[in-house]
Amino acid sequence: MDQILGNISLLIQFPVVNINIVLQGVLIGAIFVLAAYGLALVWGVMNVKNLAQGDFVIAGGYASWWFNTNLGLPALLGIPLAFAILWGIGWVIYKLVIRRVIERDLFTSLLATFGVGIVMAQSMNLLFSADTQSLRLDYDSLDFFDNLVNLPIAKLVGAITAVSLAIAVIVFMKRSRMGQAIRATAQDARAARVMGIDTEKVYAFTFSLNAAICGAAGAIIVLVWEIQPFFGMGYSIRSFVIVTAAGLGNLPGVIAAGFGIGILEQFGAHIFGISYQQAIAVLLLLMVLIYRLAQQRRNRQVLQ
Amino acid sequence: MSVKPIAIAAAIATMMSYSAAANAAAHSKCAELKIGSAISLTGKYTTAGAHAKAGYDFAVKKIDEAGGVKIAGKCYNFKIIYYDDESKGDRGATLAERLINQDKVQYMLGPYSSGLTKAIAPITEKYKIPMVEAEGASRSLFNKGYKYLFAVLSTSEQYLASAITLAAEMAKKNGKDPSSVKVAIAVENDPFSLDIRAGVKEDAAKFGMKVVIDEKLPRDLSDMAPILNKVKLLKPDVLIVSGHSKGAATAVRQVAEMKIKVPMLAMTHCESANVIGKFGKDAEKVLCSTQWSETLSYKDELFGSASDYNKEIKAAPGSAYANKSVPYQTAQASAAVYVLKDAFERSGSLDKDKLRDALTKTNMKTFYGGIKFSAAGNNIAKPMVLRQIQNGKYVVVAPSAFAAGKLAWPRN
Repeated sequence: MDQILGNISLLIQFPVVNINIVLQGVLIGAIFVLAAYGLALVWGVMNVKNLAQGDFVIAGGYASWWFNTNLGLPALLGIPLAFAILWGIGWVIYKLVIRRVIERDLFTSLLATFGVGIVMAQSMNLLFSADTQSLRLDYDSLDFFDNLVNLPIAKLVGAITAVSLAIAVIVFMKRSRMGQAIRATAQDARAARVMGIDTEKVYAFTFSLNAAICGAAGAIIVLVWEIQPFFGMGYSIRSFVIVTAAGLGNLPGVIAAGFGIGILEQFGAHIFGISYQQAIAVLLLLMVLIYRLAQQRRNRQVLQ
Repeated sequence: MSVKPIAIAAAIATMMSYSAAANAAAHSKCAELKIGSAISLTGKYTTAGAHAKAGYDFAVKKIDEAGGVKIAGKCYNFKIIYYDDESKGDRGATLAERLINQDKVQYMLGPYSSGLTKAIAPITEKYKIPMVEAEGASRSLFNKGYKYLFAVLSTSEQYLASAITLAAEMAKKNGKDPSSVKVAIAVENDPFSLDIRAGVKEDAAKFGMKVVIDEKLPRDLSDMAPILNKVKLLKPDVLIVSGHSKGAATAVRQVAEMKIKVPMLAMTHCESANVIGKFGKDAEKVLCSTQWSETLSYKDELFGSASDYNKEIKAAPGSAYANKSVPYQTAQASAAVYVLKDAFERSGSLDKDKLRDALTKTNMKTFYGGIKFSAAGNNIAKPMVLRQIQNGKYVVVAPSAFAAGKLAWPRN
């Protein structure tokens, strides 16, 4: 308790630190947004809650890391490469597993994707070993206010890439033929089929796109943090929290919630200690669920 | 048509069985002596588990080449039966039961990590199976009155306590009172790291130092910026980090990224995290605790000197260490196998209780250091070593009796 009070008083004593914490939260939140957006896509279009989301992220990180360490490609090139490779992996997983569980109940798809996640984590463990890995961009850190606020340029580059990719995907969904088909399928798959949309193709595309987005997010994560084959769960949980908090189909909500969770985690870690950083995400999920339940009861809606 | 593939398959099978028989004949003049071990081949301790296994296997091979284990005039070769404990305690305990009850193993080598050892020790104790372990350093393993547990390594509260002594020395040298030193601690929430924390706090209290940060790192750590933020504000003189290899990697990376200035940065697992290779100059002047260093002047009959051991395991075919330094986790695993050989030869019997009695009387000088067990089973003949990264190399700086170099201080 003393420690918690001490930590809060630090925030008051050095107000500049708050800026730093918010900044770190925003920079990392941008990456959470990316993974969460992918989840929202799959969830909304196919009603599949993908528990392997985090493992896609980690796989993307390893893809980028592998190209950099084995072929000496520039670290930033790893982002499009991870996007492409995870697209392929996502497509294979869709054809092998997801296709068979799409029409089943919620529990089956949860179990199936959970299984996919375990298989992926273990495969990465066998392929790349359990060492933590990271890539370094040889950029300096900018510092302000007597080094109380740091802005590592690598993190800035990561966040900007994440935001640009998110914008690209949003434009794609709005403008392109495929994007329209995806949105149509999300609204009513049966009607879309009647109108001549090949929903099977739409599903495969959506799932691959999600894997690819996660892959790119992972390729950014490996630039700013560490990855390890078994770190996927943390990103899965964060994605779920963000999507649940924002609500399906609420894109601005996803973005706001992503940044919010980034910032809250950093504040939580500062005040309660770093071991509670992820607990804060889970606590948030709980609170959101309780709130939503209460809201639903008021509106007399039913859960599907 | 259909005969052909079958014929080919049969031919291949015959060839394979011949070569297998030939292989078996080549090196089994000695009988086989089964030892069991649950080891982490998957899960969070995969890397460290692989180091331990490499150490076990290397020692088994060395003993084989040196003529096996001689027990009452007959010769034996160790054969280790491994199971993957998935880095989980309950799994490790199940596997220990399986090794003992199904594989009829009479002697065990330890798993990786204090947590796993803690899970397995009650089982080996129940069946009175002697277990020599090399990777569980938590002192809580040695206050339970276990009679069949023997550990070749120094207990974990000693790991970084010497960094505190060093900080006190530096303070004195600069005309300051050691009690003015401020200590920051960031350790993972597991038995091993919590022991380190206890050792550090104990020694800090001895000097009257103030612990200004005392935080626990999560298991899946990839960001410790919140702690480093506080380091910036509270300006401690020593920062202690212990979180296995991910803790070392994260700390070195983010300390550089956030331009943290702290006179002394001490951590564990620098070698297994390969901080020199990965972070280059950012890892300079980091203090790393180690059970063992290849530059120490220890030696024995089987492995030669510490540097011989280092050279040979690097040169072994298919060695994982061809181009990175050999971590102490590997060396101590080899030492554990050596201790078993020594005890078997002294007991002159395959009886597990006689082996256990022989183990209690162990008093060896090995390439890894002196080995002599206390009544509780921990090794009391070997000190912990503190090394500093200087110009991309590990230089022993403490304890001063073995120190090859001088401490560079402050860090920046």
